[in-house]
Amino acid sequence: MHRTGELYGQFETLEQQKESAALGMWVFLSTEVLFFGGLFMTYTLNRHYYPVAFGVGSNTLDLKLGGLNTVILILSSLTMAMSVWASSVGKRKQTTGFLLATLLLGTAFLGVKVIEYKQKFDHHLVPGYHFQIDYRVQHPAPYDDPKEIEAEKEELDKAFAKDPDLNAHAQLYFSLYFGMTGLHALHMIVGAGMLVWLIRQSMLGRFTPTYNTPVEMIGLYWHFVDIVWIYLFPLLYLIDRHR
Amino acid sequence: MSEHIVSPKVYVGIFLSLMVLTAATVVAAYVNLGPFNIVIALAIASVKATLVVLYFMHARYSPNRTHMVIIAAVFWLAIMLALTLSDYVTRDRDLALNTRITALLGA
Repeated sequence: MHRTGELYGQFETLEQQKESAALGMWVFLSTEVLFFGGLFMTYTLNRHYYPVAFGVGSNTLDLKLGGLNTVILILSSLTMAMSVWASSVGKRKQTTGFLLATLLLGTAFLGVKVIEYKQKFDHHLVPGYHFQIDYRVQHPAPYDDPKEIEAEKEELDKAFAKDPDLNAHAQLYFSLYFGMTGLHALHMIVGAGMLVWLIRQSMLGRFTPTYNTPVEMIGLYWHFVDIVWIYLFPLLYLIDRHR
Repeated sequence: MSEHIVSPKVYVGIFLSLMVLTAATVVAAYVNLGPFNIVIALAIASVKATLVVLYFMHARYSPNRTHMVIIAAVFWLAIMLALTLSDYVTRDRDLALNTRITALLGA
């Protein structure tokens, strides 16, 4: 395809070029809504059938780490939006800086997620042969707060009384927890890869006020991933906190 | 679409609103509101998502054809949720009705 400056041959004007890219990106994002939608559908049904197991599973998650990650991710959306602004007013250094900040925050999010996953492996909360919803209260670690363990034991006893098959149903919750956060994390990793490319392009001075389409399009993707987390956070972490 | 540059002030304002709403959703989760806990959690999440779409994703300053794609995405998702749930949620009742009819006819 021949190209005149920033304008590719199939387009009449730069504006038309950018609008076509934006439309394509939004169409892609609408398929992503349905991609994640299937998981949200499965979540809704299973939570409807097994509310006790979902409440118990949700309360094992670390709300501090989940909340921290929510703040980190929304902050990364802000820096992404700022890099779109910086590129559209021609501030090259700031564009690169904000993109770097976004990459850093995105990586921090994934790091916190690793800590959370590790806890679930330690507590035998990964679905499969070794899954045991009351493993932590049966085998408390020396550094665990005895009061917290006692409260959790009481909660689990009540839950087992309501739902004798709690161990099986809680695995449904954790399958969805790992499936949904895992798919979300995969999107973050893909986004981080695209950010590395963007940062390089930005350092090479490829973006100008008349041509910053890649920054805007990858920005749209990044904000979409943020929106998925905005729904995941209350649905996974905040099911039954008031008990 | 005439080029519209959103100022950093707007972005920071939206970010702060998102932080306040995140705090609100955590606080609301600790209050027992029965079936309304999930309603409030989803309502707050939807307000947050709308703010992100309108301002961070520039939907507010986008042409109508972009709005159409966004609305289509939400609409398709609604179709999937509504039709699937209308089946699952009414299954038990249909089964109970079936059992009664079978009992009446089969006796």
